[in-house]
Amino acid sequence: MRFDTDTYREIMDALTRNKRRSFLTGFGIFWGLFMLLFLIGGGNGLKQLLEKNFDGFATNTVIIAANETTKPYKGFKEGRSWNLQYKDIERLKALVPELEVVTPSLPQWGYTATRDEFTASCSAKGVQADYVKVQAPTMKFGRYLNQVDVAHKRKVCVIGERVWKTLFPDGDDPCGAFINVNGIYYQVIGVDVSTSNINLGGNNADEVTIPITVMRDILNSGEVVGMICAVGRQGVNMGDLEGRIRQVVARQHYIAPDDKEAIMMLNMEVMFSIIDNLFRGINFLIWLVGIGTLLAGAIGVSNIMLVVVRERTVEIGIRRAIGATPRDILSQIIFEGITLTIVAGLSGIVFSVLLLNLLEVISQHKAVFQIQFGTAISALLLLMLLGLLAGIAPAYRAMHIKPVDAMRDE
Amino acid sequence: MLIDLRQIHKTYNNGQPLHVLKGIDLGIDEGEFVSIMGASGSGKSTLLNILGILDNYDEGEYWLDGNLIKDLSEKEAAHYRNRLIGFVFQSFNLINFKTAVENVELPLYYQGVSRKKRNELAMSYLEHFGLADWATHYPNELSGGQKQRVAIARALITRPRILLADEPTGALDSKTSVEVMNLLTELNRTEKVTIIVVTHESGVANCTDKIIHIKDGIIGETTLNEQHQSSIFGTETIMK
Ligand SMILES: Nc1ncnc2c1ncn2[C@@H]1O[C@H](COP(=O)(O)OP(=O)(O)OP(=O)(O)O)[C@@H](O)[C@H]1O
Ligand SMILES: [Mg+2]
Repeated sequence: MRFDTDTYREIMDALTRNKRRSFLTGFGIFWGLFMLLFLIGGGNGLKQLLEKNFDGFATNTVIIAANETTKPYKGFKEGRSWNLQYKDIERLKALVPELEVVTPSLPQWGYTATRDEFTASCSAKGVQADYVKVQAPTMKFGRYLNQVDVAHKRKVCVIGERVWKTLFPDGDDPCGAFINVNGIYYQVIGVDVSTSNINLGGNNADEVTIPITVMRDILNSGEVVGMICAVGRQGVNMGDLEGRIRQVVARQHYIAPDDKEAIMMLNMEVMFSIIDNLFRGINFLIWLVGIGTLLAGAIGVSNIMLVVVRERTVEIGIRRAIGATPRDILSQIIFEGITLTIVAGLSGIVFSVLLLNLLEVISQHKAVFQIQFGTAISALLLLMLLGLLAGIAPAYRAMHIKPVDAMRDE
Repeated sequence: MLIDLRQIHKTYNNGQPLHVLKGIDLGIDEGEFVSIMGASGSGKSTLLNILGILDNYDEGEYWLDGNLIKDLSEKEAAHYRNRLIGFVFQSFNLINFKTAVENVELPLYYQGVSRKKRNELAMSYLEHFGLADWATHYPNELSGGQKQRVAIARALITRPRILLADEPTGALDSKTSVEVMNLLTELNRTEKVTIIVVTHESGVANCTDKIIHIKDGIIGETTLNEQHQSSIFGTETIMK
């Protein structure tokens, strides 16, 4: 087999002067590669978009909140309201040593933050410094709350991304500036741009976080806490602890041990594993569909090439009659196949990259949809292999066309 | 002797076995201009295909220029076809997505001749046949006679010693048939190319120097035709 510019021109002539045929053959490959890459990129992007909602959140967290009781117990009627208290935190710490962090949260909604002429609606949340163990912040500026802030009831706050952008439209570092949240001035000490959506208080970007001691005074909430977040130690299965946590809280507040609805518990681990499974399923589907499409493309190409070879029997017979060896024919068909594969495959890659880029723009660059260079290259290699395999049967048939076969097709 | 056939047998085995050639003995010298005639289905094309190493035979011996042509590898066969033999077919058999000049130069491509040289040579052949203006036209833009002349140019571009033509005028009208036959005659006279023409038409056969009749798979009578008086339709025309 020789390959020089002459062979190349011979191949390009055969391909470009039979456009419909080349297009039909190449389209399967184009579509297969496009689908595979687009699905991979799209799936990854979607996953990232969803994962952003969990950004920084400790996966082994249980969130506890109070709800009306649904069962009478120890002389109390059902439908009784009760509240979580600070002493629940102490008891949980003492009685469930598998918990690494137990920390309260006082969330409030419908607040308004202002600075000069700028106004942002927001939610507010009072937490302790160890809340970072529950939800790691992504600090763009400044720092998070610390123990001294909490102990000294400092009027300081960490603001979410949207609050920052609304109140400081120039995009300046806001640290040190004062903002007014529902009538009280706080000094901004940091901007948390984590995209987590999990804190039950709504979007993290719309939130103002202040020391829980300050929030407690504002609300005059005394011993009451809104939510308790408990994070297990490494390797602890939160599902196993749920029962004991429930027991500890229930006993303190005279709640029936089997009154599951009275103590709302949100086990993040379960949520995460659901999402995880979801994505494992989606990924599996992507590969199934992608590989399936690619395989179907390759088989289609092989079929079309077989038909094409039959269609070209006369042409090949003529070539044989004027001196082409079977190897000449074989290499011509194979090189034609490879050329088509590469051109169609590259178009598939380019098209999927363009479309993924568009997706990224549409999603405002919140996630990376784009496939990696390596992925594209390996897909192309895989494709070339498939193209080669697909070309074997047709090339083999073409090779066995005899010169007389051309004469007979009159 | 350039071509020497001894007791050639050929049987087609698609379904019902068909014994087409039943012991052909034939000798043709360098520079002869020969026609083969016979009834439809008598095996003319089969014989010509064997002569051109396009097809195999079952029994006997085929000596071509002193070489026994038997059980050749595809590569050797391709080599003979490419260097020694040129073909012209009734249905022209041009590649329809190639222009006239590209069709003519194709045999040289398989010889590994450079594109430029191929092109020059092909153009000179087309010019010689009065087809220079049609060089960049595709076969479907050419008339039957033009197509056949392109096909002859393609058969000749490798300067073969033997030109085999299977009913070269079969698809042409009488005027173009005469033109094509004149062209072949001139080739035979000036270039000393050995030419074997299979034909139905006595007028065509009359252009050749020797007429070989094939009947029931064997060679019947052989008529010498140096005077070119054999045509029952007259000497200067080819009746259709
Ligand atoms: N590939 C083949 N397989 C089976 N039978 C064939 C094949 N080629 C030719 N034949 C048969 O062999 C016989 C001779 O065929 P051939 O083509 O040699 O005849 P011919 O003399 O050229 O006829 P015509 O003048 O019609 O072209 C015919 O009966 C034909 O049907
Ligand atoms: Mg015939």
